[in-house]
Amino acid sequence: MEKIKVLVVDDEKTFLETIVERLESRGFDVQGVASGKDCLDLMSMESFAVVVLDLKMATLSGLEVLKEIKKKWPTTQVVMLTGHASAETGIEGLSLGAFDYLIKPAQMEDLVRKIFQAAESRTALLQKRENLVNQ
Amino acid sequence: MKIRNIINKIKPRFWDEAIHQDQPGLFNYRRIWKLTVFCVSFVAITPLMVLSFMDYNLSRKTLQAEASFPIMRLVSNTTLNVGTFLEEKTALLRFIVQNNNYHDLIRPGHLEKLLSDINSSFGGFADLGVIDSRGIQISYTGPFDFQGKDYSMQEWFNEVVEKNLYVSEVFRGYRDEPHFVIAFKEYLPGENWFILRATIDTEEFNRLLQSLNVRPSTDVFLVNKNGILQTPSAFHGDVLERVKIDLPGPDVKSSDLEPADSNNFKNLLGCVSRESSILEINDSKDSKKFLGCALINNSPFIFMVIKSQRELMENWWKMRMELIGFMLISVTSILLVILSAATYLVSRIHDADIKRASALHKIEHTNKMASIGRLAAGVAHEINNPLAIINEKAGLLKDLFGYSEKYSKDEKLNSIADSIIHSVERCSAITRRLLGFAKHVDVEWKKVRIDNVVRDVLGFLDKEAQYRELEVNLEIDGENPELISDQGQLEQVFLNIINNAFAAVDDKGRIDVKISTYPEHVQVRIADNGCGIAPENLKKIFEPFFTTKGEQGTGLGLSITYGLVKKLGGDLSVESEPGKGSVFTVCLSRKFNPKGTVSLDCHK
Repeated sequence: MEKIKVLVVDDEKTFLETIVERLESRGFDVQGVASGKDCLDLMSMESFAVVVLDLKMATLSGLEVLKEIKKKWPTTQVVMLTGHASAETGIEGLSLGAFDYLIKPAQMEDLVRKIFQAAESRTALLQKRENLVNQ
Repeated sequence: MKIRNIINKIKPRFWDEAIHQDQPGLFNYRRIWKLTVFCVSFVAITPLMVLSFMDYNLSRKTLQAEASFPIMRLVSNTTLNVGTFLEEKTALLRFIVQNNNYHDLIRPGHLEKLLSDINSSFGGFADLGVIDSRGIQISYTGPFDFQGKDYSMQEWFNEVVEKNLYVSEVFRGYRDEPHFVIAFKEYLPGENWFILRATIDTEEFNRLLQSLNVRPSTDVFLVNKNGILQTPSAFHGDVLERVKIDLPGPDVKSSDLEPADSNNFKNLLGCVSRESSILEINDSKDSKKFLGCALINNSPFIFMVIKSQRELMENWWKMRMELIGFMLISVTSILLVILSAATYLVSRIHDADIKRASALHKIEHTNKMASIGRLAAGVAHEINNPLAIINEKAGLLKDLFGYSEKYSKDEKLNSIADSIIHSVERCSAITRRLLGFAKHVDVEWKKVRIDNVVRDVLGFLDKEAQYRELEVNLEIDGENPELISDQGQLEQVFLNIINNAFAAVDDKGRIDVKISTYPEHVQVRIADNGCGIAPENLKKIFEPFFTTKGEQGTGLGLSITYGLVKKLGGDLSVESEPGKGSVFTVCLSRKFNPKGTVSLDCHK
């Protein structure tokens, strides 16, 4: 089975490195970027199945990146990570088309499960689109 | 006790309001009220009193003058009448002596004819007599046999010799019947003289006085200068008795006067002149009377009228009653209006102040909560980031142990990693709860399970409870204690109350929380066995700025809590017994009930 391509976006370098390593060890094809701009740049060159996106970042906020992603690559699924315990930002993200959200610090098992679910939903989405095209 | 109850019932709310010296906005309402009542009453009632007093005096004077006027008139008229009567008799005698010479007068039979002539045309003469200069009655006609009687030793004889004319007082004399005498001295040619003496029936006087037609209660009579009645009086004694009048001024009764003092009788009464005078006297029956009197010209007689004041002053008394009654009613109604208006206005000020204070508290509270919310959100986010890193690093460590042959079996290393991850979880739970408490400023109506809220709060205080070895019991009575309310604010309410309970109990104390579910409402009872609250503090416990903790307390905790419970449409009550503990009861409606009041009877 092909590895799921995951992009992690977080401006906290240490967190980024660690989570990339841990996701890689769980069999994902992972890349990490430290800013929203880098994320969008990289995505214009490569396509990713799932983006794990920190909502609170210094330069470009997570929600803006999310909007951009959904505009350009609607099939790419986004799992949000947030430091806010409030559901509000999460719900706002969901309304903008994010797949789901997790509150930091999240359990690795939860994150992995969410990534799998996101990837599955993307596959289903692509399948549907293919069928439409074939017809 | 009954009066106290009534006073308590009508006492306005602000009366027992504590004076907050540190709160310039809160006044001393009692002082304002007193000042208002005093000033307004003074300004309103003083002119009324002054005017009433002036009117009273003026009316009294006028009416008294009006009352005394008829008496004066009666006195002067009667005095004139009686005077005229006496003058007429005197003139008649003078006419007789001037038109009959001495020898005719002493001629037997002549006097009889004169007497019958006089009586047929004038009437009133009882007898006539001629007395010579030795005092011997040499000629007499009348019902008695007084011919030859010697009067020279009698007082009146000397007087008539001196003054030529003499009108006697009424006396009984030889005939033992009240009468008086008019005597007239006439000179004969040469040095000799004789006296014509006529006795006049007092009946004439009586008739004269009766003809005045006075009211039955009014007494008119004549007295002499010694206070001896000359005509019968209706109420003050009989003829020739001493008149029974209580003289004004010093407590002297006319009947107590010694004959020597009685010379002053007319002076005492002020009837010394022919001018009529009037004065007030006390009757034997303790009712005041007016006495009018005047001296009758050329006679020893004083005319007196005694009239009961009641008749004359009836109008005045009626008017006085009206005046006093009107004033009393006015003063009472003015006072009532002032009292109720002052009470109403000060109550309004008081209520407005209370409202303003509570609005200020609410704003303060809202601001406080908002800043705490921002702070907590910031803290939570800032802490969550490093926590996330620790979490990931520890997770990576554990992953690495898992892949390595060498470490995967090392229980100790694995358990260290696990405990790090577990601690991070706990930390994140704390930050999450911190946010949960701080965030809700506006009410968010949602379905809330009250038992979860209470459990959360108890969980928050768990460490302290363990540390102080407190016994905390949670009892849930009834199924599914669910209601529509705001979780965050409920958490704050219970945190506050349970925190207070923690503060009230000693170490190893006991706190019982009981949740009872009813169809309409949920009741949460938080009982502790702590120090309790003194009764005088109990009624002020929900007042803002009331604290027993001195510098350490803000006095806002329970007032905010109370405000929150009310905002959530609930009710908060407290019972306490000093030394035994306190019970706080929170009642919450289960239905959506914004700002409503709990009509439920939940304190059973």
